[in-house]
Amino acid sequence: MNLSACNVSWSAGGGSILEDVSLDVVAGEFLGIVGPNGSGKTSLMSLLAGLRRPRSGRVLLDGESVDRLGRKEIAKRIALVEQQAETGERISARQAVELGRTPHLGPLTPWSAVDEAIVDEAIRNVGMAKLAARLWHTLSGGERQRLHIARALAQQPQILLLDEPTNHLDVGHQIGLLHLVRQQQLTAVAALHDLNHAAMFCDRVALMSGGRIAALGRPCEVLTEERIRTVFGVDVDVEHQGEGRCHIRYRAPGCPRGERPMLKRIS
Amino acid sequence: MIGTAPSLSRTSASLLAIVVLLVALWLGAAIGETAIPMGVVAKTVANRLWDAGYRLDALDEGIIWNYRVSRAIVAASCGSALALSGVVLQSLLRNPLADPYILGISAGASTGAVGVAVLGIGAGLLTLPLGAFAGALLAFGLVSLLAMRAGRGNGAIILAGVAGSQLFNALTSLIVTKAANAEQARAIMFWLLGNLSGVRWPDVWLAVPVALVGLIFCLWHARALDAFTFGSESAASLGIPVRRVYAVLIGISAMMTATMVSIVGSIGFVGLVIPHVARMIVGVRHGLLLPVSALVGAVFMIAADIVSRIIIPGQVLPIGVVTALVGAPAFAVILSQRRTVR
Repeated sequence: MNLSACNVSWSAGGGSILEDVSLDVVAGEFLGIVGPNGSGKTSLMSLLAGLRRPRSGRVLLDGESVDRLGRKEIAKRIALVEQQAETGERISARQAVELGRTPHLGPLTPWSAVDEAIVDEAIRNVGMAKLAARLWHTLSGGERQRLHIARALAQQPQILLLDEPTNHLDVGHQIGLLHLVRQQQLTAVAALHDLNHAAMFCDRVALMSGGRIAALGRPCEVLTEERIRTVFGVDVDVEHQGEGRCHIRYRAPGCPRGERPMLKRIS
Repeated sequence: MIGTAPSLSRTSASLLAIVVLLVALWLGAAIGETAIPMGVVAKTVANRLWDAGYRLDALDEGIIWNYRVSRAIVAASCGSALALSGVVLQSLLRNPLADPYILGISAGASTGAVGVAVLGIGAGLLTLPLGAFAGALLAFGLVSLLAMRAGRGNGAIILAGVAGSQLFNALTSLIVTKAANAEQARAIMFWLLGNLSGVRWPDVWLAVPVALVGLIFCLWHARALDAFTFGSESAASLGIPVRRVYAVLIGISAMMTATMVSIVGSIGFVGLVIPHVARMIVGVRHGLLLPVSALVGAVFMIAADIVSRIIIPGQVLPIGVVTALVGAPAFAVILSQRRTVR
């Protein structure tokens, strides 16, 4: 399994969204894509998923251009979890996960015991077995997002793409969800908003700015104080931890380095 | 969605469906201004299909075979086709209020058919159903374009449909009135509200194949329709060639609607209400939802036709009035339920 973007550019509505982006996803890694709003994270995810065609450049899956692969072929190898995919249909949690078998079934292929087992496994994997019979609209945002991941796992992909999967979730669910992804024996690429989440869970981080990749590497190499200031316009203190990981502490505007205004005031 | 947990086996369910459909057709042929005993209906059909040689009143036999049986079969095909179109449109557009009538597709088909029949557009080249098909596609194209400009919202397509159907209904009335023949008022009623009085056997040979082909095409795409549950982007990531599926299924819906409109005029609310009834019975998996919608649509339409013939003694009510009297309140219920579901 090998997914890479080679010099891809993409534009929409007359404006350029991605400019000459190249990226190799290493098998087995958890790659985080971070960057400000409008920096091109979601567009890059769509291009990697083969949902959109780059204006120039190519996206290669196992050395083959995704343009040449059929949708079904791609869906057997890459699964995508969107920001917040919703439905008004009265479907059960289990039925939502069953959709993941779609790329493996033709119009005449009957639903088999194998499909049943794969769906069971996926639901168990995300810890939703007890809620499998519940109707979709009765579930919480965190539970729905877990089911989307289960649906993606039922596709039996080699690569899992997640586009800001933790949006609108509380912090407990955010951490739980990323931990869940981390536990899968899969290559994962996730667009993330929270820099600390990226630093905590990702093997490598790509920092995007203005439709380009500003830096790519281990979290502690990419998420430096200077870069975060330049790209996000925020002052931070970065604490380095072991194994290339780091923790980012945000500074309130106008507050000098190292000070913690809240703590000071309380004491 | 995809998995099956049928309490009935597939064969017995299909057999049951056929029996229900046959009983409905049988009742459709027996009930009317002059009620004819069920036995006579059965004997007439036996005489005509297998030369059974029962001695029957020639008038009764003529009424049953030439008018009622053909009419009931066309009503059934029409109900199925409209219900299938409704399922497809509601799933692809992810809008519970979508249906060929509300989106202006039926109105466009009427205008197209009238354009060919009255104005003689494409004389010789275009038949009535083809004219209706062109009108249906044109109407849907215009409505989608307007909806897209209005912002692609869930309500936008319905509002655009309202505008579209008003426009095309006005055009139909204009064309028919301008042609100014004695029958004009009735003709307008036909194209706007539907009527099965003129149906004969040749119509059966058009309606039945179109409904059957439509059903087969829709069933072939049942899993693709399931995959649209979370939207088109999600369907694409599940391996569905979204544009192709849109083109094929919208085309099939337009073809079914157009054919039925060219035979019986535009009948509203069947495509809206029946899919919801079918969902209540069998849930949202299209593998089951499609055939059940087709069956319920067929039975509903035969029933609506019977009611339209007997509700006012000595007069035939346009069938669209009956379907609207049932459908409009159902529309209101769906509209108010939508809030609680979301």
